[in-house]
Amino acid sequence: MAEELLKLQNIYKNFGNVKVLKDVNIKINKGEVVALIGDNGAGKSTLIKVITGVHSPNSGKVFFKEKEVQIKSVAQSRKMGIEAVYQERALCDQQELYRNIFAGREITNSIGFLDIKKQRKEAEKILRDYIGFTSKAITVDSQVMGLSGGEKQGVAFGRSLYFNSDLIVLDEPTMGLSIQETEKVLNFVKGLKNENKSAIFIDHNIIHVYGAADRFIILDRGEVVGEFNKEDISREELVQRMIQLHESGKIKVED
Amino acid sequence: MNNLLNSYFVKTHKLEISITIIAVVLFLIYFLGAPHVFTRFPIYRAFMQSMPFFGIIAISATFVVTLGEIDLSFPSIVGITSLIFGIIMTSTDGNFFIAFILATSLGMFAGLVNGLLVTKIGIPSIVATIGTLFFWRGLVNVISQGSGIAIVDVADGTWHHMIFVEKLFGKIPMQFIWFIVLTGLMQWVYRYHKFGNHIHFVGDNKASAQMMGINVDNVKIIAFVQLGFFSALAGIFTMYEMLYFWPTQGEGLMLTTLAAVFVGGTSVFGGRGTIFGTFIGVLIIGSLESGIVALGLSGFYVKFINGLMITVAVTVYALIQRRKS
Repeated sequence: MAEELLKLQNIYKNFGNVKVLKDVNIKINKGEVVALIGDNGAGKSTLIKVITGVHSPNSGKVFFKEKEVQIKSVAQSRKMGIEAVYQERALCDQQELYRNIFAGREITNSIGFLDIKKQRKEAEKILRDYIGFTSKAITVDSQVMGLSGGEKQGVAFGRSLYFNSDLIVLDEPTMGLSIQETEKVLNFVKGLKNENKSAIFIDHNIIHVYGAADRFIILDRGEVVGEFNKEDISREELVQRMIQLHESGKIKVED
Repeated sequence: MNNLLNSYFVKTHKLEISITIIAVVLFLIYFLGAPHVFTRFPIYRAFMQSMPFFGIIAISATFVVTLGEIDLSFPSIVGITSLIFGIIMTSTDGNFFIAFILATSLGMFAGLVNGLLVTKIGIPSIVATIGTLFFWRGLVNVISQGSGIAIVDVADGTWHHMIFVEKLFGKIPMQFIWFIVLTGLMQWVYRYHKFGNHIHFVGDNKASAQMMGINVDNVKIIAFVQLGFFSALAGIFTMYEMLYFWPTQGEGLMLTTLAAVFVGGTSVFGGRGTIFGTFIGVLIIGSLESGIVALGLSGFYVKFINGLMITVAVTVYALIQRRKS
């Protein structure tokens, strides 16, 4: 029996009168990669923001490492070992890389002044060791705006590895990337499993999702409408199910 | 030469270098055009005397502008805090501590109101602070009933008068020393403190900053609060210099202060700015009036050249920025 890392129980989330999540139950085990799929507005982004502490659920329980927790802030979820990698929005364009990597958890002295030297040194390590940037054009002092989409994604991944998180949350990790860059990202996701780390990711492209994930959770209008292990469903079947859902609003349940 | 131009320092300090060149050229013009004025000390003493009043606020406002926000209410915060300072000084027979603490607390409270209106209620800062601009000035008028307050009896000759505005070695106005010290301190906070770092991230991209775990609302609120504090402080400096409170106190500060920030190179779009630039911006904006008159032009040119400076400076920055991206 696989060890449980994260469990969401009966999660509800409203924005005003709009019920974005309705009684969502999901579970992620250690070393497992789970893909969240569904149309725009299905609640995928909201769900991962509940996990990363950006939003608090209106009701429901969250368990992390089999203990009930209330994730009230991004800082708290990071402390627990949950790290988010948001496409595009992961970094601030006009700030230097070494500042971006440590944004929100700066290395400071007791009165809050930054240890710039240490931040730059650690950032250098992340760039060379975790991301494998060899290009001389990118240094820890580079502004983010000069980086390609893949490089930005690389920095965000490197950051999550450096902080040694247990669960990595990926929001559209391949959006806007070239084919080679996409390949790198998917390899990264697969590599997580070897380190017994877990990941949950959203991607519009079912082909990407299928290659990298162990399990698929389908969301529709705020509800979990289907859940499949990779062994039990072929890529074509998965695509078929999604088309069905799109047309009829229902997943056909067999067996 | 080519090496120098491509060095890391030059690349990362284009704005600071541009603004410094503009200032040097301007002072050269003064110097060549009116040597009889600019080779003598009194004009510099006059600058050192007058610049800190809006300079202190400009340095502080650089934080708010870097956030991509604006505060138009500070002239009225100067007014209301000066009024309170004057009332308490005269009614306590010159109790500096009580007057100072209450005036700066009121300044911070006014900043807090701005911050809450912007973050918790969600009013754009330009609109919210127009509201508070009128509110605090209105309150000044209601309380003062249009009359001024002389603090000369309780402030002149005291130790606090000495440390605020008297001349060091009989030459350097103390307010200028304070201005330099505060500029250095704020520069340090702006670049090397967690708070300054968060100011940059929130101004750059609010959504990203939040996802990186920065408390966006708190950062904004603190920025408005510190501007309230420094507005009060600038008001107190002015009170000591003039030894008098008048109900329109602070009203002339709005344009010079914001002009100094923008001429200094801080981007109105947020995420990018420089305290050093604002400091140079203060030297430029604060010297224009006397400089123009000393050059023999009539006072009518002051606004015209002021406008020209601002337009040219922000155009240069926009071009630098466009080439970069």
